[in-house]
Order: sequence, then C-alpha cells, then structure tokens
Amino acid sequence: MKVLVCISQVPDTTTKVGFTDNNTKFNTQGVQFIINPYDELALTRALEITEKQGGTVTVINVGLAETEPSIRKALAIGANDAVRINAEPMDAFFVAEQISNYAKNENFDLILTGRESIDYNGGMMAGLLGEMLQLPSVNVITAIEVENGMAKLERDIDGGRERLEVKLPMVGSAQKELTEPRIPNMRGIMAARTKPLTVVEPIGAQANTQTTSFENPPAKGACKLIDPANAADLIGLLHNEAKVI
Amino acid sequence: MKIIVFAENQEGQFKKSSLEAVSYAAQIAATNNGSVIAVSIGQVSNDKLAELSKYGADQIFNYSQEVFNTFYGETYSKALAHATKNAGAELVIISNTYSGKTIAPRTAAQLGAGIVSGVTSFPNTTNGFNVRRTVFSGKAFADVAINTSIKVLAITPNSFSLIENHKTANIEQMDAGISTDHLASKSIEIARASGKVVLTEAELVVSGGRGMKGPENWHLIESLADILGAATACSKPVSDIHWRPHSEHVGQTGITIKPNLYIAIGISGAIQHLAGVSASKVIVAINKDPEAPFFKAADYGIVGDAFDVLPKIIEAAKSFKSQQA
Repeated sequence: MKVLVCISQVPDTTTKVGFTDNNTKFNTQGVQFIINPYDELALTRALEITEKQGGTVTVINVGLAETEPSIRKALAIGANDAVRINAEPMDAFFVAEQISNYAKNENFDLILTGRESIDYNGGMMAGLLGEMLQLPSVNVITAIEVENGMAKLERDIDGGRERLEVKLPMVGSAQKELTEPRIPNMRGIMAARTKPLTVVEPIGAQANTQTTSFENPPAKGACKLIDPANAADLIGLLHNEAKVI
Repeated sequence: MKIIVFAENQEGQFKKSSLEAVSYAAQIAATNNGSVIAVSIGQVSNDKLAELSKYGADQIFNYSQEVFNTFYGETYSKALAHATKNAGAELVIISNTYSGKTIAPRTAAQLGAGIVSGVTSFPNTTNGFNVRRTVFSGKAFADVAINTSIKVLAITPNSFSLIENHKTANIEQMDAGISTDHLASKSIEIARASGKVVLTEAELVVSGGRGMKGPENWHLIESLADILGAATACSKPVSDIHWRPHSEHVGQTGITIKPNLYIAIGISGAIQHLAGVSASKVIVAINKDPEAPFFKAADYGIVGDAFDVLPKIIEAAKSFKSQQA
C-alpha cells in the first residue's frame, strides 16, 4: 500500500492577518507557520492505515526551502519519506500540475490531502488531482478504512452524511472528524533528520489565476449594548432596526 | 457572453443556493448582452425546471439519464463540461456547496479553465476579469484575476440575493454519452437530517460556546433556533469535548458561514472563531464577561448570564412569531 499525502504550510490559526507591498503580499513578519491542520489529519490517517496493513507514506509539498521545517515535522509524525517540488505555489492549478506530474509514474494506491488550506481556502486540490490523474476523488472524508483494494468511506454532504465505496486508487480530502492529530515523539523527531527528503525541480506549468491585492474586512462599528434585564428587546431590534428577522 | 450555471437539485427540488447562482449569472448576463444556460443534472420534473427561468435562465439543459440518479464528481463534472463546450460558454457558475466543491475543480480541469472558489463579488471586467473572494477563512479578502478564456467561479452561498427575472426558457434534453461501466465509486447510503436548517446555507444561526456549561443545556440554543427557523452551531472547544457534533463547529478550522444573523451565546470570540463568522451581516454576542473580544466584533451585545438572558429572548421570540403568524 503506497500512500501520498499532499501538505501545505500555513500561518498558525492565531495569526493576525496583515499585508505588505501595497497590499499585494501576506505579511510573514512574526508569523508562526504550521502544517495545514486538515493536511495533518490526512497524514495521521494515512499512517494509521499503513501501520495496520503495511505500506509507506510519502509526503509532498510544493514550496521553496522555507517549507522544510513543516516537511520535517511531517516526517517526525511518521511519514517514511518526503518530496519537495522547488517552486513558489502560484495557484491551485499550478500546484496540482506539479503534484500530478510527480504522482503519475509512482503508482500510489491512495492520495490524501486536507479539505482546504486554512490560508487560501480553495478546497480544489482533491478534485484537480483526481481529474489530472483520471482517478475518482472524494471530498470532506470523515472516515476511511481500506480493505482488499477498496476504500470504505464516509463523507459530509450538504445537510448530511454519505457512505460510499471506492475502488483504489483514489484521491480524498480530509475533514475534521477523520482522526485526531498525533504529536511527534522524541524518537520521531530524531528519525526525521535522516529520513529522505528529495527536492525536485518544477515542470513548466502555467498559473491560471493571479492574486492582485488583499484587503482586511472593514472594522465593525460600535456594539449596541442591551441591558440584560431588557434582553427581550433584542428581538424587536433585530426585527425593526437590523431587519434580519 | 454565454454563461453556464450548475442548478443542483436535492431529490428533485432546486436548492436556494442553485437559484442564487442562476440569479447571479442573470445579473452578469444583463451587463454584457449575454445569456444564461442553467444545467440540471438528475431527475427533475418539467414544472420544477421551469423555476429556473423565473430567476433569469434563458435556456435549460437537462441531463436526466439514469447514470445521474446518484451524485458522483466524476460523472456530474463531465456533464457540466459537456454543456459548457456544447454552448460555447466562457463562464461557468457553481455554488460553493459540498457538491459544488466536488465538481467545480474537476470541471475546470476538463476545460483547462481558471477557477476561483469562495467568490463574494460580481466580476469586474474593466481591466481583464477580476473577482473578490474570502481568504484566511474570512480574515481577509483577495482580488483575483483569471487569465484563461473559460472561467469557473464557485460562489459563496448566501452572498447574493435571489432576484426574480422571468424568462421563457426552452428545455433541451441533453446526453453527454456517459456510462457507469468504469465508475470506481459506489454510493451505499445517504443520510440527511430532515426538517433541520442546513448550517452552511442558513440565513439565521444560533451558536453556543463553553459558556453553555454542558450539552444538557443545549435545549435553550435549539429552542431559540427552532422558533426563529435558524440553524444551530458551536465553537471549537464545544465540538472538541463532544458536546456537539463536529459538523456544527464554525471557525477557522471548522465551517465558514455568512448568515444574515449570527447569535453567539457563551462564546468569547477568539480570533479563530471570529474568522469563520465575521462575514455575517448582523452579529449578536451574549456573554457574562464584558471584556469578551466578541463584543468588539458584534453589532448587538448583552453582558449577562446566558441562563438568565436566553429564556427572556426565547419568550420574546415566541410572542414575536405568534404576532407574525
């Protein structure tokens, strides 16, 4: 069983988001970077599956050398080896082209990633990889078991849950319930230093989209306080003033 | 410009998010002498299909073969790409629901189209083709240019109003020539909670945090939500300690929502939580701590104990609703 897990490096969830260069670049000053939390769940579940039935887990990231601490952390959590495609990730299409180009000759049984990155929130990677590699893709997986070349899955759908079976190979994206993240232990951290991390040069792919500028949402006006004794007034205000009910 | 819209149905009924997408497309078409082709996939009656023309569809493509009785990203995206090529359309609009997120990237890859998801604006075409989307789970907006000739936009549900725009649309029966022979996926069971407002598409949301003290007190949240016709939600700590299901967790690592009204009860308003809800049109914070950061992000606030305040609000909501009826 060969599993590929696609990870991206994102700002820690407590980050106050700001921009530089005339609002064209994310301000990385003082920002702590982490493995995208959903990607980490995908990695942990991949490890649980291969620990149970044998196999290897490779992590892949498209990024410049600055992402290596996150890749080493993925190795410390337990991935067997890692690949970094040495390129600035221009857009989802560009990243998917790089990953699918690497994966197409490697015969992975399962490719997992997070349901979206918490910075750009595109949520497109599983679908793009599925189409580029001509594989089925299943989004927002909340459970996966693999048996005899078949994945038994549960996923979120609008307003509910679906159970489905998919013949491997397939691509999937991890939703929160999939598993609990694993904290790397000292042995894992030591081992990660010597695990193979291969750097691959990118193929010439085009970005189809380009972010031209960023903006923070406008600040809210003052909060109108209601005396708790008159809490019932809230309903009238929401109807007559805010006009939302 | 010809615009393709995916009109998703659930058991033969078009979802509000689908009609929003048709309405959105019709408003773009009105600015450039364009036309809107709504694409229905699966079994929908002719009466229901006609509903799409009420919101501005000029034409309806109907893919109703048996292969589409179950939703699969592989087959539905092929039908949508088929429709786009067939119509010679340059723009594809999909609502960014779970199903939309499944098929939008696959459709874009088949068409070699640039794709932007989480779109919250109409396109600006004064210099190229630009749209605005949310990034950092709602902590910021980004303006994105698309460089390809065909473009795919996945628009955020509940961001655009339904505007009636009656047209007389022909229904064309389409066939994308897809068979199930090589399909690797098989749906076993679909379970939907009936009668519940879906959180991602809800206009009103009532949400609770650790200040609710325990799952046994959630009847207060549920009761207010029921009276208002709202969906229920919760903060991350509440789902982490399993008071409520993960599917209700809103925030940066949960669901990002954009309702008209978000009522937060016993939630302090950490930056990770605000990220997921700050796009709500009106926010109400109820918290006993006057220093809770939520009061800085809220339009209305009540500094008080939830167990004292909520019953009063529930009673007021009940009498408001009975007057309305």
